[in-house]
Amino acid sequence: MKRVTLFCGHYGSGKSNIAVNYAFRLRETYDKVALADVDVVNPYFRSLDSKSELEEKGIRVIALPFANTNVDLPALPSEVYGLVERRDIHAVLDVGGDDRGALALGRFVPYIQEENDYDMFFVANFYRPLTRTATEALGVMNEIFSACRLPFTGIINNSNLGEETVARDVVETVAEAEKLAEISGLPLVYTTYSERLGEINVPSPFPIRLQKKYF
Amino acid sequence: MSDKVLMKGNEAIAEAAIRAGCRHYFGYPITPQTEVAAYMAKRMPKIGGVFLQAESEIAAINMVYGVAGTGRRVMTSSSSPGVSLKQEGISYIAGSDLPCLIVNVQRGGPGLGGIQPSQSDYFQATKGGGHGDYHLIVLAPSSVQEMADMTSKAFDLADKYRMPAMLLADGTIGQMMEPVKLAEPVEHPFVEKEWAVTGTKMQREHHIVNSLYLVPEQLEKKNFERYERYKKVEENEVIYESFMMDDAEYCVVAFGIAARVSKNAVVAARKEGIKVGLIRPVTLWPFPKKVLSETAEKVKGFLSVELSMGQMIEDVKLATSCRRPVGLCRRSGGMIPSPDEVLEAIKNMQRGEE
Repeated sequence: MKRVTLFCGHYGSGKSNIAVNYAFRLRETYDKVALADVDVVNPYFRSLDSKSELEEKGIRVIALPFANTNVDLPALPSEVYGLVERRDIHAVLDVGGDDRGALALGRFVPYIQEENDYDMFFVANFYRPLTRTATEALGVMNEIFSACRLPFTGIINNSNLGEETVARDVVETVAEAEKLAEISGLPLVYTTYSERLGEINVPSPFPIRLQKKYF
Repeated sequence: MSDKVLMKGNEAIAEAAIRAGCRHYFGYPITPQTEVAAYMAKRMPKIGGVFLQAESEIAAINMVYGVAGTGRRVMTSSSSPGVSLKQEGISYIAGSDLPCLIVNVQRGGPGLGGIQPSQSDYFQATKGGGHGDYHLIVLAPSSVQEMADMTSKAFDLADKYRMPAMLLADGTIGQMMEPVKLAEPVEHPFVEKEWAVTGTKMQREHHIVNSLYLVPEQLEKKNFERYERYKKVEENEVIYESFMMDDAEYCVVAFGIAARVSKNAVVAARKEGIKVGLIRPVTLWPFPKKVLSETAEKVKGFLSVELSMGQMIEDVKLATSCRRPVGLCRRSGGMIPSPDEVLEAIKNMQRGEE
């Protein structure tokens, strides 16, 4: 597991849920882990919603100064620089959706590239209307790369239909995910799905715990 | 792969509008409805449609006015403060008898308010937020699937009655993601409308789109004619959902996200032996007056659950002619009541009665 891991993708692809679970997984191996919620796009559902759970496990949580408040101000916290520049902590960055979200990443990219100990995963959900196919998903990947100029290193297939998801829905997207891996030239690193689905026979399975929903 | 897709409520509105034949979108970004515009910006250019980010909400609604005059399907979307800005244009569109769709993904108010969900634009939507005698058809979705279905329905009703329709959603339903089965796109070949401004080609009389009538007799006649149409809407287009009402002694009334929370509370109350049900107005105008009036004969009391200081409660009282007590369970400013809070309010209503 690399020192810095970034999750990018189309908005609503499931980045925050995966970022939170990935941080828990990192914490099993490393003492110092931090998760930075740098999503400047989505005002409602975010990884910050799991703040108390993360902090209980000793994971530092860095959030936008005004996230989950009434102030709709997309400012990035200075602490994120610390995460990227100081190399003694394993950092997970939950990046906002699409190219717009990834734009905010640009200022950190020189530091990340200089250290060159990072993974940047593209999170794909083939049930999202604008990324129904590998070709459409590749289009979003290219837009994100153009915005932040940091090359992706792998693909996570997080295809799901929310609470209605059954195992078959996940299995049926494997071919599309493999096609995306092929046309992008990147490895398919995980197939993520809700842990309530039990064990599913998919490439590199990664069952995840979903954030709590209130309605 | 499943034929369902996982969508945000805002995206569902945009995609459903496109599938309903809308090729003209004018808007201005505002949280929590910006995804409608973002989705349109991505999709419209690919299908020969028009997406235009106007310089303001006022400009956007007047662009809607223009396209509506040509008889084509057109829409705009915004959130509360932005919808306030549109009110003048909406009044002009209503006064010109033109169909269009206006989406309000409500946030807390008044003023600039906040960005969290709210239902406090109920008065504005149902009582005419602009000036003059007019109504909008107002639909209140309570799921992402309904965001899609009602967008399509709103266009149909607007066309049928030649009047603007409003989708009155809230930030929660706009932002939440749920699986949606989208309707197949319907081809809407442009049908020449007897009133649309499409160019005379020197072969017919001019069609005039206008809301100015300086002769009072003429303006009064127009308004009476319009209200004849509104009467038909009230007779034919009321939609509501009835939930566990068969043997109910108490009736919760709630729409949109408040109805979702209330359903959970009704189920919890039933488990405790309280005979309570829910009536969910789906059309807020026309309001389901008749069923509420009939229900007043059967139940001991009503509870209006709202994300506002209490607005729909007035219509509940009117519809039931205050024959039964009407309680209020409310949150405001972007807060949502928990099912427990609604359950407590149901219990209070029961204690007050017995």
